[in-house]
Amino acid sequence: MDTILALLEGNQIFTPRVLTEYWGGFVTTAQLTVLALLIGLALSVPLAIMRTSKNPIINYPVFLFTYVFRGTPLLIQLYMIYYGVTLIHGIQESVFWVIFREAFYPALIAFTLNTTAYTTEIFRGAIQATSRNEIEAAKAYGMSRALMMRRIILPSAFRRALPTYSNEVIFMLHATSIASLVTIMDLTGVAREVYARFYAPFPAFIFVACLYLILTFALVYLFKRVEGRVLAHLRPR
Amino acid sequence: MLDLHGYGPSIMRGAILTIELAFLSLLLALVLGLITASAKLSHNVISKGIATFYTTIIRGVPDLVLMLLLFYGGQWALVELSDWAFEVSDGRIDFFIQFNSFVSGVVVIGFIFGAYMAETFRGAFMAVEGGQIEAGKAYGMTGWQVFKRILFPQMMRHALPGIGNNWQVLLKTTALVSVIGLEDMVKLAVEAAKTTYEPFIFFIPVAFIYLSLTAISEWTLKWLKNHYSAGVVEG
Repeated sequence: MDTILALLEGNQIFTPRVLTEYWGGFVTTAQLTVLALLIGLALSVPLAIMRTSKNPIINYPVFLFTYVFRGTPLLIQLYMIYYGVTLIHGIQESVFWVIFREAFYPALIAFTLNTTAYTTEIFRGAIQATSRNEIEAAKAYGMSRALMMRRIILPSAFRRALPTYSNEVIFMLHATSIASLVTIMDLTGVAREVYARFYAPFPAFIFVACLYLILTFALVYLFKRVEGRVLAHLRPR
Repeated sequence: MLDLHGYGPSIMRGAILTIELAFLSLLLALVLGLITASAKLSHNVISKGIATFYTTIIRGVPDLVLMLLLFYGGQWALVELSDWAFEVSDGRIDFFIQFNSFVSGVVVIGFIFGAYMAETFRGAFMAVEGGQIEAGKAYGMTGWQVFKRILFPQMMRHALPGIGNNWQVLLKTTALVSVIGLEDMVKLAVEAAKTTYEPFIFFIPVAFIYLSLTAISEWTLKWLKNHYSAGVVEG
């Protein structure tokens, strides 16, 4: 501990104060990533079911949503929600201003909508890949569509979606870095601030790059463990 | 009618800039990807190590952080270098290089997507049967002829879906270059939105341009896929 403190005193950039700022940035990044992913997950399951519907009135609006959000840059979506909402006439006097005064909520909305669009398509693919035999068996048992969805299709679809979904999680972790462009002090935001204060691009950005690398590796490891568990029946014997 | 407050032409110029940037970065990424994939598949430990390091780092760090690191870091290194040269030469060497944000954008995006392309190419190279390459060599073809006549046409079929995905992501990543000062359509839209207080009028057309670009790419990729899958029975 003493050696660490001595080391911290020895350099000019990574003082305990700056490290506390990085910690704060990490907390913001984690909050944005986890919240966006959880809300996105909850929204995308019903949307994916709607997306597999044969009725165009149900299917088409969801398709339009995923197409637009997957076909445009996340940065544009973020700017549109951040500037769009804050520049609406009268919003600053309304009750919504409590939510939109800080950039955090517009950013969270943008990230959530974006991940919802991608996750919906991931689940749609997984649902449509369900083996016909399983569906036939469920129908032969007299299951309703809802029961079949709950007992047969969704559990196996979630498993199939897991490897692709883990990519989406890592993508989201990386995507939250653009929150720093709308004044949010996430990990990247702190790094930009430290860079500007000391004019030291390499220490500021390499440090934060290492943090992202560690987080990415941790997530990859975690998902490998989970996949090993839930996809155990698919392992080569 | 849509009133763009005179920003219309400059946003169109920004759109063309985005397309140029995307194509040039794609070119660089493809070249880097091919080199890196070859290095990864080679038996040389050093080149294998460098290639693995490159692809791992790039794919584990956000694009924006890499962009800031390379752009600001590169600028800082050049300033230090020119200071050093000035001192060593007693003032005889005095140069100052201002980074061109378009070139930096191409280099940075190409460098990032080179890593993704490398993974795509590596998989595609491995998907071509070794026996075919041996057969080519047995016919007395040179290494380049084997690559051009046997490896490349078949590899493209396996690589195309991956290249297509990477291209779609690359296209959307170009929006980030507004951060390093390039006057692309995103930067112009932000400026226009701030001055006129009418954000949607500018962001919706820009979003629509991106959407058309990704849609056109999708159709083109479908066509290319059919072209390179000629004679292959699916399933």
